Amino acid sequence: MSAGNLQVDESGRLRHFLSISGLNRQLLTDILDTAESFSGVTDQTVKKVPLLRGKTIVNLFFEASTRTRTTFELAAKRLSADVLNINITQSSAIKGETLLDTLRNLEAMHVDMFVVRHADSGAAHFIASKVSPHISIINAGDGWHSHPTQALLDVFTIRRVKGPDFGRLRVAIVGDILHSRVARSQIHALNLLNTGEVRIVAPKTLIPTHAETLGVHVYHDLRAGIRDVDVIMMLRLQRERMQGAFIPSEHEYFELFGLTEKKLAGARPDVTVMHPGPINRGVEMDSEVADGARSVILEQVTHGIAVRMAVMSMAMRRKQGAPE
Amino acid sequence: MNTINDIATIIDAMAGQLATLLEGTGRKDPAMVGIHTGGVWIAGLLHARLGISEPLGSLDISFYRDDFTRIGMNPVVKPSQLPFGIDDRHIILVDDVLHTGRTIRAALNELFDYGRPASIMLAALIERDGRELPIEANVVGRHIELRDDEHIKLTGPEPLALKILNTA
Repeated sequence: MSAGNLQVDESGRLRHFLSISGLNRQLLTDILDTAESFSGVTDQTVKKVPLLRGKTIVNLFFEASTRTRTTFELAAKRLSADVLNINITQSSAIKGETLLDTLRNLEAMHVDMFVVRHADSGAAHFIASKVSPHISIINAGDGWHSHPTQALLDVFTIRRVKGPDFGRLRVAIVGDILHSRVARSQIHALNLLNTGEVRIVAPKTLIPTHAETLGVHVYHDLRAGIRDVDVIMMLRLQRERMQGAFIPSEHEYFELFGLTEKKLAGARPDVTVMHPGPINRGVEMDSEVADGARSVILEQVTHGIAVRMAVMSMAMRRKQGAPE
Repeated sequence: MNTINDIATIIDAMAGQLATLLEGTGRKDPAMVGIHTGGVWIAGLLHARLGISEPLGSLDISFYRDDFTRIGMNPVVKPSQLPFGIDDRHIILVDDVLHTGRTIRAALNELFDYGRPASIMLAALIERDGRELPIEANVVGRHIELRDDEHIKLTGPEPLALKILNTA
């Protein structure tokens, strides 16, 4: 609840972008529409617009990431902002004072926005609650909690391929739901857009205990889980977050939950296959599927830039009481 | 003078002036671009009357406004569409009302991010006082004197109508 209050101002406009759960459907749709407009910028000879000229955006990454950081950086540059990349490798819990010290130092450099990735759930919210009022925070992934721009680019991609009526769509999210911040954000976004049916498909050990309360149908069998679906959203097996025996072996996981052309035959003929990347080929899916005609994995990467441009530009505007 | 009813007549006259201007300057095979939203409506009519072969282009200048940090993003930004190459092209830019000139400044900047046109001329249905930048139209449908607290607005597209509103 506090997330919603924190990320939207008194007139309902975006102030920070921390999670999908604090948004309403109108604001989510506004973001997707704005992203649609930004996707045309790449058609220009000069592939940038002057919207955030003179603004400084800091990519504050406490956790390694190439794709997300790169697309945030490119999005900021296409908005004509100046970008600073700071990688702080630190895996322990939020060290209150240390993190705040880092923030205060960066604030003293007169930056306008932080894009934050952190291994701890709630880190972006914490930072948003502590920064000066003129600074906006964008969550680029926090622990197991959320990865809202990934979910945005996913629903943006679905809207591009299947049209704006999510009510007639059946969507299956397949893989490591338990460790996935992407899955949590995807479920929120799909439900906010009134998706006809959302399924999660995974072995029992990779599904959170309260899964049904998220408004999804749970399947433990891939063939049944993807039967007649319009969209399959594969998740990456979070090998680095797994301690112990969540799955017997990657080989066995692939046998049961890996997506192959053969298993895909049970889905709708026009099914769309998605993956947030990077793919573990031969673990979550066959290369034949990943590189096949039904895969939109590279389109997702392209759309990630437009969606991040939308979020950054909508959150970045003069805040009440801030100097002009 | 609260409404202007003869928009079709005004546009006929503008089309005639544009044709004369194009011929006089030897600018062949021009392309036309309207500025969202009203400018696109007017451009559509001029485009048909002039028989321009290239499809009509449209610009949404929201990403190029100079007041973004003050008022924020317009919630409904329509994608700009220029279905032809800009390079070495003679462009006719069309807007409904020429007032401060700031919209035209933004449109010119956006056009140059698509390429380097051979020339740009400006046509505006209505011209009013209050220019804040050194920008003038080549072809004007009607010049209107308005008080500072008055505001003229084109509604449409079917039917097109001009209304003078008091913002005081």
